Amino acid sequence: MSQEVHLRIRRQDAPDSQPYWQDFRVPRKKGMNIISCLQEIARNPVDAAGRKVSPPVWDCSCLEEVCGACTMVINGTPRQSCSTLVDNLPEGTITLEPVAKFPVVRDLVVDRSAMFRALRDVRAWLPIDGTHDLGPGPRRAPGDVDEAYVFSRCMTCGCCMEACPNYDANDYEQFIGPAPLAQAYYFSKHPTGAMNQDERLEAVMGANGITGCGNAQNCVEVCPKEIPLTEAFARLNRQANRKWLADILGR
Amino acid sequence: MTQSAPRFAVVGGGLAGLMTVIKIAERGHPVDVFSVVPVKRSHSVCAQGGINAAVNIKGENDSPEIHFYDTVKGGDFLAHQPLCKGMAYAAPGLVYLLDRMGVPFSRTPEGNLDFRRFGGTLHHRTAFAGASTGQQLLYALDEQVRRYEVEGLVRKHEGFEFLGPVLAGPGGPCVGLVALDLKTMEITAHRFDAVVMATGGPGLVFGRSTNSMINTGSAASSCYQAGVKYANGEFIQIHPTAIPGEDKLRLMSESARGEGGRVWVPRKKGDTRDPREIPEEERWYFLEEKYPRFGNLVPRDIGAREIYDVCVNKGMGIGGQMMVYLDLTHKPREFLDHRLGAILEIYEKFAGDDPRTVPMKIFPAVHYSMGGLWVDYERTADGFIDGDSPKNHMTNIPGLYAAGECEYQYHGANRLGANALLSCIYSGTLAGPAAVNYASGLERLANDLAEGPYERERLRWERRFDEIRRMDGPENAHKLHRELGELMIENMTIVRHNDALRRTDARLQELMERWHRIGAADTAGWTNQELPFINQLWNMLELARVMTLGALARDESRGAHYKPEFPERNDEEWLKTTIAEWTPDGPKLSYEEVDTSLVKPVARKYD
Repeated sequence: MSQEVHLRIRRQDAPDSQPYWQDFRVPRKKGMNIISCLQEIARNPVDAAGRKVSPPVWDCSCLEEVCGACTMVINGTPRQSCSTLVDNLPEGTITLEPVAKFPVVRDLVVDRSAMFRALRDVRAWLPIDGTHDLGPGPRRAPGDVDEAYVFSRCMTCGCCMEACPNYDANDYEQFIGPAPLAQAYYFSKHPTGAMNQDERLEAVMGANGITGCGNAQNCVEVCPKEIPLTEAFARLNRQANRKWLADILGR
Repeated sequence: MTQSAPRFAVVGGGLAGLMTVIKIAERGHPVDVFSVVPVKRSHSVCAQGGINAAVNIKGENDSPEIHFYDTVKGGDFLAHQPLCKGMAYAAPGLVYLLDRMGVPFSRTPEGNLDFRRFGGTLHHRTAFAGASTGQQLLYALDEQVRRYEVEGLVRKHEGFEFLGPVLAGPGGPCVGLVALDLKTMEITAHRFDAVVMATGGPGLVFGRSTNSMINTGSAASSCYQAGVKYANGEFIQIHPTAIPGEDKLRLMSESARGEGGRVWVPRKKGDTRDPREIPEEERWYFLEEKYPRFGNLVPRDIGAREIYDVCVNKGMGIGGQMMVYLDLTHKPREFLDHRLGAILEIYEKFAGDDPRTVPMKIFPAVHYSMGGLWVDYERTADGFIDGDSPKNHMTNIPGLYAAGECEYQYHGANRLGANALLSCIYSGTLAGPAAVNYASGLERLANDLAEGPYERERLRWERRFDEIRRMDGPENAHKLHRELGELMIENMTIVRHNDALRRTDARLQELMERWHRIGAADTAGWTNQELPFINQLWNMLELARVMTLGALARDESRGAHYKPEFPERNDEEWLKTTIAEWTPDGPKLSYEEVDTSLVKPVARKYD
């Protein structure tokens, strides 16, 4: 095994400037992940040809695959750079690119604010009566909570959005994307959320809602938390159809 | 027509910050949130095990009073007791609130919230959502804040770094803040009538810790340098169980032990056998042996010290290293997946072994700061907190508040597991209303003030960043940071010696000198991560001195602060809060009484 890790990083100085590739070599260490490679470059910002360069810019925070910040395209696949261990990648050059569906800010940093906008649009919350003490919430069957919990692990990382052939943050009016749709479904699993699921379905049934899903099923393939996204869409579709019918029949 | 309305800023979007935001917005006031990351990515997501509330679901006669006592005892009697009491009594209501917000808490067969064991208590008191409780709690608050955002009451400034407060004059009041837009690098001053700091802990002062990369302590340090007192900086929690890593040390939750995990080393020194081949009688369950009552669930300071003793003093760590086994393999796979899935996945992904079949290799890591910005509170005659007082969570600068890990009030000398999520949320429920009540009593609002202090502070920070951008020395900021971390881990963690602490402070001052010889590796005017980091590094160095000198002065052992030269707790001389105030010549230390009027300090025993 090579003593060095060879990285090829797609860089871009600003949103409107031309991207370019830069190569780096860092000493290989057991158990190292992509983040520690980037940290090593920051400690010694020299490219593979020995030229002094500005260290690549990237997003990260928790480094344990729970904050969703460090998404990038690694060897062609969107994933978290913290949980991507170098030893688990095939021998040879590792390519790092910013995810393509969101506007590049600089280097590997992209603007994922469209995902948070979508969470606002699908009204992803429970309308509680207030934060004063009203006693316990509704009792819930353990199995129901377990099913819901899976969807609540979505960390808005954007891997599914990147893999979805129908999603593009620059064309928000076409499709709001898989992750926010799954959240719209998640809230219907809660007894309080079920009471006002119609509000969420309004958004889901909008022009950029569930009809934008082409059922390519790429999203479930790349989700780092293995969230059953397509299952959610199937059920959300049924909810939407029922509402559509009820609306036509005037309830 | 009323005058202009008061304006509020919350800095930081973790549990404490978002709870503060909700409490302010719920009262109908607009509030601005500043956060270096989208608030949904705040460090609270990393909390795993749960949140304490004495709901007594298991019929064990648990009560808020016992929770209060356990918290005070866990903190080795250095915490302010009325706050601990207020928190323990509020806890059941807060967990119910989170339940109503939709947190997918794990349930009993009857559909009630389930509770598990945690350190420093004998009761099942910890509500949990699998093993990703912090993530679930943060998302619930994030969702409520999003609702207020849609209603127009909350404005988020995500990707903005707080640089410092704006004070109307020396000593205050605080009338705004200066922030850096991390994308455009623009520095702007903002007018606010009250500013609540909720910026989390300073784990990065120790280089690698269980903390997120955003936990530099820089914002709190900046407040300290602007005149806010910093309290109990020497009390740093070392979590007994973490997973080693090149980039960070990942937490292995205390809930692993709460659910039955056992800590052991081979009885034979230097035993190189596969742990699965070591028979039961040849394993030393040292915590269970020494602490028959609490066993593996002793508080973290004690657990970390015992591991240190076994590994360093007795040389019995795995492979001669500071490493022990944390064993869950005796538990059924289905049980583990259900109760601990999220953390077992983390271990599997990063360490490569399946903890359901192979004992985990774990070691102690810096985890939490009990110390932080000094804040005030107002107690009632019966020992609770006066929830209407504007003094609650206010620093010594009027109008500048602090809540969550960045302040010091709840955990004394050692925090109990699953009390952090609770104290973050509880402190938000106090800080929000306090800020509103303070601002409502102001005669002049920030909007009516002259431009002077705002422009002055903005220009001061602009000059600071221009200077940093022009730095062209030979030092690399990240390498200096690594040196800082190694220095602090070596001397300021589980065991502390005065001669080493003196050397550490001298080294810190050297690092501060070398900081001036850094070369800025990136001079771009757009999304430049180097310049803020160089600024943060200085702030980390300032805080490191506060921690180190506080530790040097405190000649006793209490909670997480342990000096072999002074192995006993010394209430007569040291039952007091360390206060550090910034001066150009380094921190000036003084001390302040602790309110111990509710529970008499006794010897702290868990055996």
